[in-house]
Amino acid sequence: MSTDEKANEVSAAAADQEPIPPSSETEGSGQDSEKGAGGAIILFFILGLIASLVVGWVIFPQVLYSQKRQPVDFNHVLHNDLVDDGCESCHFFREDGTFSGVPKLAQCIDCHEEVNGEDPEEEKFVNEYVAREREVPWLIYSRQPQNVFFSHVAHVQMAQMECDTCHGPIGESENLKVYEENRISGYSRDIWGRNIAGFKRNSWDRMKMDDCADCHRKEDVNQNSVQTLRGGCFVCHK
Amino acid sequence: MKVDRRSFLAFVLGGAAGTALSPLPWKITDDISIWSQNWPWTPVPQKGEISTVNSTCTLCPGGCGITVKKVDERVIKIEGLNGHPVNDGGLCTLGLSGAQLLYGATRIRNPQKKVNGRWQKISWEEAVIEIAAKLKELRAEGSAHKVAWVAGTDRGTVPELFSRFLTVFGSPNFFRTPSIWDSYELTLYLTQGTRSMAGFDIENADFILSFGSGLVEGWGSPGYMFRAKAMMRKNGGRMDQIEPRLSKTAAKSDHWIAINPGTEGALALGLAHVIIKEKLYDRNFVNAHTTGLSARFQQVIDGFPPEIVSKTTGISTGTILALAKDFAAARKPLAICGLGQGHQAGSLQEFLAVHTLNALAGNINQPGGVWTLPEPDYIDWPDPEIDAVASEGLQQTRIDGAGSYRYPNARYLLHRLPKVVNASDESAVEVLFVYDANPVYSLSDAESVKKAFDKIPLVVSFSSYMDETTAMADLVLPNHVFLERYQDVPAALGFPKPIIGLSQPAIEPLYNTRHTGDFIIQLAKELGHNIAAAFPWDDYATCLEETLGDKWDGLVETGYWLDDEFSGADWADAFETASAKFEFTNNEINTLAEYHPAKIEGDESLYPLVLVPYDTMRLTSDYIASPPFLVKALEDTILKSNDVLLEINPATAQPLGLSEGKYASLTTLRGNARVKVHLTEGIMPGIIAIPRGLGHASDNRFLAGRGLSYNQFSSPVEDPASGHDAAWGIRAKLSKA
Repeated sequence: MSTDEKANEVSAAAADQEPIPPSSETEGSGQDSEKGAGGAIILFFILGLIASLVVGWVIFPQVLYSQKRQPVDFNHVLHNDLVDDGCESCHFFREDGTFSGVPKLAQCIDCHEEVNGEDPEEEKFVNEYVAREREVPWLIYSRQPQNVFFSHVAHVQMAQMECDTCHGPIGESENLKVYEENRISGYSRDIWGRNIAGFKRNSWDRMKMDDCADCHRKEDVNQNSVQTLRGGCFVCHK
Repeated sequence: MKVDRRSFLAFVLGGAAGTALSPLPWKITDDISIWSQNWPWTPVPQKGEISTVNSTCTLCPGGCGITVKKVDERVIKIEGLNGHPVNDGGLCTLGLSGAQLLYGATRIRNPQKKVNGRWQKISWEEAVIEIAAKLKELRAEGSAHKVAWVAGTDRGTVPELFSRFLTVFGSPNFFRTPSIWDSYELTLYLTQGTRSMAGFDIENADFILSFGSGLVEGWGSPGYMFRAKAMMRKNGGRMDQIEPRLSKTAAKSDHWIAINPGTEGALALGLAHVIIKEKLYDRNFVNAHTTGLSARFQQVIDGFPPEIVSKTTGISTGTILALAKDFAAARKPLAICGLGQGHQAGSLQEFLAVHTLNALAGNINQPGGVWTLPEPDYIDWPDPEIDAVASEGLQQTRIDGAGSYRYPNARYLLHRLPKVVNASDESAVEVLFVYDANPVYSLSDAESVKKAFDKIPLVVSFSSYMDETTAMADLVLPNHVFLERYQDVPAALGFPKPIIGLSQPAIEPLYNTRHTGDFIIQLAKELGHNIAAAFPWDDYATCLEETLGDKWDGLVETGYWLDDEFSGADWADAFETASAKFEFTNNEINTLAEYHPAKIEGDESLYPLVLVPYDTMRLTSDYIASPPFLVKALEDTILKSNDVLLEINPATAQPLGLSEGKYASLTTLRGNARVKVHLTEGIMPGIIAIPRGLGHASDNRFLAGRGLSYNQFSSPVEDPASGHDAAWGIRAKLSKA
């Protein structure tokens, strides 16, 4: 097709269209619809913005974490009153300096070989675990990812830190809170912290890498790994 | 208001802006990175209390001390026990992979019975009742002697329980699996008159002359040999390795002397010839403590002058002369023999010849020499009452003929069992118990062994794994594995001092298994009468504790008991021969068939090559098959994918048109299979070699179908002097595949 032919075709197509009479009405309505479209665009932008903010701030945290109950409830206050050494009565250091973490059945069995009180949770504990010699599959709120090396003895015994600096006033709790498990990473919500934005008020609100680093910097801890003499990653990631 | 494309785009843009202003993208990125750095399916040791248990490894007869490291009740690592006299912290690859044998998926978890070719679970009580019924039947028929027992060792309380059981039941047919220690025991008995074990003070020697022994490839106690060899080398000691193949031991030696395989005895006699003719022997020792270096012995060595030995062995006369002189001149020379890891008894005359060299060097029962260790004597149970049926059964000759007129010196000839069983229509064995042994895999000529096992009406295996023998059994009554049970280890093979090790449980048994010692006691109780009376213990643990008496507490604590002050018997009591001296010759030795290199099966014209097996620390060929860790550590000059590599000298390969990595068809009179060729100068021309320990037909997916077993090609050769299997190879041919 030549250029002329193309030009003819275009003009033919133009001829097919009905001529639009120039009128102030149509001009006016044209301005209105542009104004309306602009409004709609802003509206939709805002709608999108709000919806995604709601998703990101409200729905996402609810979807991200699954709610799990501990197999048995536990009253820290009650037990704390009965022991002499505070947290270390049950969460003790072994002879080789390793930390025992959550108590095993062997520690509970001294008092709970039989049901002592009327608490149905205690009854459950004795019947389902003590009697069957099964360890309780406790869900651990503060369990760090596998690639993190953390030594309790260095912090609690050498640096004389208090348990609640990282773990909060858990010793004052009468019930175990719901364990929220991150559906992606599989770790507890307490590592990232309750606040989805990562803001914290207390030292125990978050247990992320930055929190460790902040404290190490603030306390002027040796920034190098003892083993590798290198700084940075190798202090905590072996 | 129209929802058009623009509105939609605006909505998306708003959404994107809002998402960026929300924590969602940052949080998801963080979570995904945590997830990807900690794959949840990667196994990691659990956290918990770390503890250790000192024990003894029983995966081979090496008697190494181990420290089993646990997190709570989970075994996570096995290490050599520091300060242990045998291995002092060292451990072989098999010992290190012990946890895989404990937790591996191939463990047998219940007692099982084969019904119409399929395994079915049964209870322990049913198993006891069923076996007892069969045994009662045999006693009633006067066929008590048709019960036989095969075990990896005859020392220690568990094997003693087996032989005690057979004795009160009425059968002389207890078998120990063959090894070089059969020949060493006989050698010590014939020359020194003692029923004893040989111990080698490798670390204090200054010249180790090894006739093919794989000192760093599992000969004796690997843990001790590694350590002692290293000490010996550190002190400036010399090591010469005589064998047709450049083994790891040869590579670690000062000299690798390639010899025509099977002629090691001739070389030893040739060296004795030079040492005697040139009067290089230790005159003080020979005059004071030996006898028989007389006309008769002169006559023997007269047949082995260096020129003739050179022709037989393929070693130059100069080398033979130099070797003899160096050996005699060394301060503490020590000659050892038994090929590779020592899984075959070998030629008795060869062992006598090699031991003679130690006597000529005056290096017996002293530091740096061969020690005569007394048999452990802590098992001192009262003699059981033998009833008439048992007495009749015990008078029968052994099925294998050991101890009979034909084989007066041999105690166990397991390699003859398949032959005897296959020889008659009705099996000579009615019930066969197998403990810590895998004869269907480890005996020569696997086909005939299988045929024999097929013929035996009731085979009972105590194995923890479905090995070749267990697969052919009718009942499998799985023992606890070594990390779950008590057991005494009464010696460490080749270690120069008396030592008792205790294997003790690191964890509770994982499955429905039972200690074989307990099973025997229960079986005896079920059979009743004097059989039950011979086993007065409630259980095996009680039996063991009572037997070990005042040694028990120390054993539990440290894992071993050592006679550290051991210095052998006084010279007056050291030799229990008629002359009370070491005897180069005596009436018994003179009646033995003369030394000739064992003639292996096959006609040279049809089978021009010689196939020999070799051993490596990265494979096991005993009753425990290689765990996955060992298979993974195998070098690709041994196994490539599923193909075993056949070592061949380029000069031998070239006329056959074989080149590196090509397939070849390997044929002997006993078997044929495809192998992959590996050219190496480290093997004599005319000789070809494959490793022992591959070609398992088990349910272990890491091992099954990988490579070939040497025993599918091999055939036993009876040693005319002892009756033991003296085969060192088999004639073979190779062609392009």
